[in-house]
Amino acid sequence: MLETALKGNSRYWGWISLLLIVMGIGGATWVYQLNQGLTITGLSRDVSWGFYVAQLTYMVGVAAAAVMLVLPYYFHHYKAFKNMIILAEFQAIGAIIICMGSIVVDLGQPQRMLNVILHPTPNSVLFWDMVVLNGYLLLNLIIGWVTLMYQRSNMMPPKWVKPLVYLSIVWAVSIHTVTAFLYQGLPGRHFWLTAVMAPRFLASAFCAGPAILLLVAMIVEKVSSFRAGEEAKKAMAKIIVYAMCINIFLFLCEVFTAFYSGIPGHKHPIEFLFGAAHANYVAVLMWTATALAAFSLVCLIPPKLRENQKLLPWALVALVIATYIDKGIGLLIGGFTPNPFEGFSFYAPTLPEIAITAAVYAAGIFVITILYKVALSIKEETAA
Amino acid sequence: MQKTRRTFLKYAGVSVLGLAAMPAVKAAASYVPHQVHEKPDPRELHAKRWAMVIDTRRLNSDEDMKPLIDACHKEHNVPKIDGPQEVKWLWTDTMHAVFPEQSGEFQHAELEHKNFLLLCNHCYNPPCVRVCPTKATFKLQNGITMMDMHRCIGCRFCMAACPYGARSFNFKNPRPFLDEAAQNPEYPTRMRGVVEKCTFCSERLEKGQKPACVEASKGALLFGDLADPNSEVRKALKENYSIVRKPGLGTQPSVYYII
Repeated sequence: MLETALKGNSRYWGWISLLLIVMGIGGATWVYQLNQGLTITGLSRDVSWGFYVAQLTYMVGVAAAAVMLVLPYYFHHYKAFKNMIILAEFQAIGAIIICMGSIVVDLGQPQRMLNVILHPTPNSVLFWDMVVLNGYLLLNLIIGWVTLMYQRSNMMPPKWVKPLVYLSIVWAVSIHTVTAFLYQGLPGRHFWLTAVMAPRFLASAFCAGPAILLLVAMIVEKVSSFRAGEEAKKAMAKIIVYAMCINIFLFLCEVFTAFYSGIPGHKHPIEFLFGAAHANYVAVLMWTATALAAFSLVCLIPPKLRENQKLLPWALVALVIATYIDKGIGLLIGGFTPNPFEGFSFYAPTLPEIAITAAVYAAGIFVITILYKVALSIKEETAA
Repeated sequence: MQKTRRTFLKYAGVSVLGLAAMPAVKAAASYVPHQVHEKPDPRELHAKRWAMVIDTRRLNSDEDMKPLIDACHKEHNVPKIDGPQEVKWLWTDTMHAVFPEQSGEFQHAELEHKNFLLLCNHCYNPPCVRVCPTKATFKLQNGITMMDMHRCIGCRFCMAACPYGARSFNFKNPRPFLDEAAQNPEYPTRMRGVVEKCTFCSERLEKGQKPACVEASKGALLFGDLADPNSEVRKALKENYSIVRKPGLGTQPSVYYII
């Protein structure tokens, strides 16, 4: 089936080359990082995780977009999602590749990476994160590919795929929960030490993931004969806005806990993030995120505005940027600031860090592009 | 013709395989588990739970503490790197930084502006060991939280988990930052990309010596077994008021500060 990805118009090849160039530049930068060490990043003794790990945190959520469509489709026989399912599953694959790539480039000694498997340590959440990410990748690969293979021969997918689909739904919840547990089980990191961390991960994932998927579907509609279906779009917008409301509610719960209790450890990170103490560019980003989140809700809550197809993409873009700043950048930097000595350490990603991250994203998007191309070619093939 | 060539190739293949396997077989035959030829030093110091008591009354100025830090960093070839990517095993900071949850609004003037020593707490219940995905950091039976710098993958999860900021990461190759003349050939240097920290001088204890900082402290640091009620450290803790860093987190530090 992969051969269908080798036939495309100039726009397709232009996109593929662009991704390859970004991967090339970032790949060369990674070689530079391997030679010099992580000293080329903005990381420090006090802020020991940064931009790379932020991408893991965010893209885990995007990977989950699949479940918000797979669940209604399989559990509630909601047929409107029929066309979107395959896009969702393949987006999950790309997103997980970005997650795993972000972990690899973050390692100081990536050539020893297999030590995680050679010396399995069940008490480490990172070990479980490795297990659930690889498992989810494999599940989506098998489900998506087999479904497509049978579709090509105008056949229903084999029966053994269904249990895997059900498993993937439960598994999707595990990838967020486990990734949230990376943070929320650490003593002495006040911003992360909260029971709503995992629920927040789920809520922000279930709005950001489908939002990106819907945007991608809109682009795919522009460049191919693919049609998501009006009902599917409306249903997704509803899912997105509910999840976003829960996400913001949970964040406000954090704010209440910190400021009503008045406990300094809980207050300091939020004060720093919003510029009340040691303000820097992070505060600008957080306020931008606040404004964008408010804008997206104003556009998405009233049904009249939500169903306005001209406004919808803008609302979704605003939502994606807002959740990215909050869950990617804010969560990471806020967790390390103040540091264990109640001091404020500055962190900003460096250019090499951004170039390497771009390459990781390009690799994920490259895989998604190829998979989408295959899926759409087969759809056109069987329709003809 | 074809048949003979085939048999020839078959025999040639088998003999090449045999030649290649020879060194491996030889190496396997000569392998002796290294526990057998490595006997513990009879001078080794033993304890169930090594602990340190820092008598802060005797460590007041930088001149009091610098020799301790120098002794430690020299012993372990700790590089001198300036800036936020520094590596340190033993260092000092102010009251508010060391005991953030134990300082009231108004403090004893002397304590307020005083520096205290910081190092790995060798917690009884260490979060760093809990999170390490490769067992590169682990507990020894004597209570020391150890580091295997050859197994560490440099994920820095332990640095996020340590509430005491005791861990340093080698962001770059540390070797150029060592004073070549002052290097200690007894202790290995590190490579970039691994985490390191104080090990309570585990390598010195094995040879019957107390930690380098304790030796250099002229009695201001006490070192002993927390599990032994008659040890020097337990006696000191019985007779003096002491605190530990961030007791509320349940990590049970093995480094005590007499105030």
